[in-house]
Amino acid sequence: MTSKTMKIFGHKPTTTAWIGMAIILVNVIVAVFGPLIAPYSQSEIVGATWDTSTSQMLLGADQIGRDMVTRLIYGARTTIGVAMATTVISFFIGITLGFSGAVLGGWVDNVISRLVDVILSIPLLILALIILGVFGSSIPVLILTIAVLDSTRVFRLARALGMNLTVLEYVEAARLRGEGTWWIIRREILPNASAPLVSEFGLRFCFNFLFIAALSFLGLGIQPPFADWGGMVRENSAAINFGLLAPIWPALAITVLTVGVNLVVDWLLSIESRPSGAQAEL
Amino acid sequence: MTDKKIILQIKGLRLEAVRGGTVIVDDVSVTLHAGEVLGLIGESGAGKSTIGLSSMSYARAGVHIAGGVIEIDGVDIRKLNAAGRRSVRGRRIAYVAQSASAAFNPAHTIMDQVCESPILHGLMKRAEAEAWARHLFKSLDLPDPDTFGARYPHQASGGQLQRAMAAMAMSCRPDILVLDEPTTALDVTTQIEVLILLKSLIREFGTAALYITHDLAVVAQVADRIKVLRHGKEVEEGAVDDVLQAPTQDYSARLVAVRGAAHSERAVQSTVKPDTILKLENIDAAYGTFKVVNDVSLDVRRGETVAVVGESGSGKSTLARIITGLLPAVSGNILFKGKELPKTLKERSKDLKRMIQLVYQIPDVALNPRQTLLETIGRPVSFYFGLGGSQSVSPGEHQTLQETIGRPSSLYFGMGASEVNKRTRELLDLVELPQNFLTRYPTELSGGQKQRVCIARALAANPDLIILDEPTSALDPLVAEEVLKLLRRLQAELGLSYVLITHDLDVVHRIAHRTAVMLRGSFVAFDTTERIFEGPYHPYTEKLVTAVPVMRSDWLDGVLAKRAANSAESQAL
Repeated sequence: MTSKTMKIFGHKPTTTAWIGMAIILVNVIVAVFGPLIAPYSQSEIVGATWDTSTSQMLLGADQIGRDMVTRLIYGARTTIGVAMATTVISFFIGITLGFSGAVLGGWVDNVISRLVDVILSIPLLILALIILGVFGSSIPVLILTIAVLDSTRVFRLARALGMNLTVLEYVEAARLRGEGTWWIIRREILPNASAPLVSEFGLRFCFNFLFIAALSFLGLGIQPPFADWGGMVRENSAAINFGLLAPIWPALAITVLTVGVNLVVDWLLSIESRPSGAQAEL
Repeated sequence: MTDKKIILQIKGLRLEAVRGGTVIVDDVSVTLHAGEVLGLIGESGAGKSTIGLSSMSYARAGVHIAGGVIEIDGVDIRKLNAAGRRSVRGRRIAYVAQSASAAFNPAHTIMDQVCESPILHGLMKRAEAEAWARHLFKSLDLPDPDTFGARYPHQASGGQLQRAMAAMAMSCRPDILVLDEPTTALDVTTQIEVLILLKSLIREFGTAALYITHDLAVVAQVADRIKVLRHGKEVEEGAVDDVLQAPTQDYSARLVAVRGAAHSERAVQSTVKPDTILKLENIDAAYGTFKVVNDVSLDVRRGETVAVVGESGSGKSTLARIITGLLPAVSGNILFKGKELPKTLKERSKDLKRMIQLVYQIPDVALNPRQTLLETIGRPVSFYFGLGGSQSVSPGEHQTLQETIGRPSSLYFGMGASEVNKRTRELLDLVELPQNFLTRYPTELSGGQKQRVCIARALAANPDLIILDEPTSALDPLVAEEVLKLLRRLQAELGLSYVLITHDLDVVHRIAHRTAVMLRGSFVAFDTTERIFEGPYHPYTEKLVTAVPVMRSDWLDGVLAKRAANSAESQAL
């Protein structure tokens, strides 16, 4: 690379995109190296309930006297980790089914689409609560449940994108050549649908992240003693009555990461809406 | 003409791209007298539409007018404020877009849209505007002029909409019309009608016009003067006959020569072998219950080009889909090399698929924008002949490497695939593209180069038969000429058979051995190209042939005189 300006996806990021990427990077580092950075272990009681900040506990203590900074660092691990796993699985399911529906059409498309319609017709939170209530809330069940439910949304987008692309002549040319469905999906459709899918990935990551926080807040998300930001807000919510800052810190962490991801997503969406390549010539 | 007053004067017009400052139009001046028609001629990218729009002091998104004076009737409209410019647009100068079907709002009736601007400009009351619109509909020979306005745009045909658009432009009785390729999207037989009406409209109301087109023969019929443009610069300007008979610049001379070639050059040299490659027997086809192809029989011999001509909707593209197996025929037989060819793609073996290849009309959408030429052309090579092949490395990895790191694609297929690489280079040579294009993406190529890549992709399969679906209609005339030469050379060298689907009779003249004329799903004539065009014509063939404008300024008048004579004759009888 001889050019001095750094490019990502072939475009120069805007200032806000850089800010967003910095936020994400800090969160990822914290999540990965959590145990090395954290001053205490996540279930260690080091102070009194809702202690105010001291030089040992920068953000004070939580409702049973654990260090807030430590809890936030461990919370980043579970919250981001679970949200990432959920989003990756839901995209894998959604894209595979969506593109298959678009390329194969006919009864395959009909069966998948109607099944998705059924799931879509039930409110997401209620359905998740029922499933988690029946199977119990362990982390694998949580990830799979949200991934399957969320993949219905990804399916809709992937199918719509696939529908637009399958009618193009280069896909027809591949079909005429005798290429198989899997090849058409991977080589002809996926690369050309990647921009909207990547930005959707960022959005859905935020949604899942907030959804897990909401489930934890309701008590069906990540279970104690594992820290997670949504659960921390709930556990510390009583502190508001005493005018204490304890629930603010996890809530702030959720907000900052959500804003950070969205700054990057906004930038990705703006690239996509810019005319480029073949679009500009047509 | 020169004694008339100058109605539009553009001096030193310069347009630049907003970002990067690329010059789109460079120092072009236009002088238009009252009642005069000036033709702007050039290939795509020559800046003709940009100049047309900027005569209203309007620039498309991403482009801005960087300099120059635009005077309408002595007033520099660039100096007016937005409201002042709006009062000029539509009222003094009006625009007719290339694609009328895209320019009309489908949610309003045609009458509403035609009356909109005179009412908006406060020139007429609604009733007056409607009466004037009906008068215009009548002048433009629209069906049922009294009720035509009540239709919605989807209820009118392409040619009717184009005329309605002209009525819309004339609704304020402007001094200047800007006609941007008003007949390009129409069939030849419709084009001639619209041309006649536009010409009489301009004469009747003494309107001056800028006529923008890439077709010299069309502009010769309506324009008084021609200005030839290239790369945003003026090449030459002169009276129509001067430019057509004695172009002073080399570029204009080439444009004129290409248009004239069809009528001088009739040689189709390659030798046709007697064995039949493809035979269609009594083919019927339908979309649902709607019958589109009716009892069509056709045969193609080795090394032969068979053209299928007809207007849009005649079923000629459907015929291509039947041969390729995309649309199974309802009844009839297809024989390929003497053997029965299964009707659906699914039933055909890989080898049968290989032997029949298709080249599409619009190369922009026929090439995957995310694949390099090596991948696009190399894939059929490895797919059909298994030379090395992309199986050794997972293709998904190619894509990410390609997209994010941009490594040379020679890595992709690995060392075992050097044969694919070699063959792809040969194919690039064959279609006269440089070998270093191997790592390029389609977006980095021009339209003509993309079409060459499509041809190379078809050749990669080593086919016996190539179906050419309007292979040159999306290309500029000079580029199209080169592509036709290439096709003819490949046929001579490789003994290929072509089925050529087209509406362009020039192309047929140039490369087809035999021609079928298609009308509403059936062949009305099928014979050698000479016999088809020498006559005696089938009435429909005659209509097609005589509708193609000839590059003489008096051709349209000649057609009109002939028509008048014919109708007088029939009245006398």
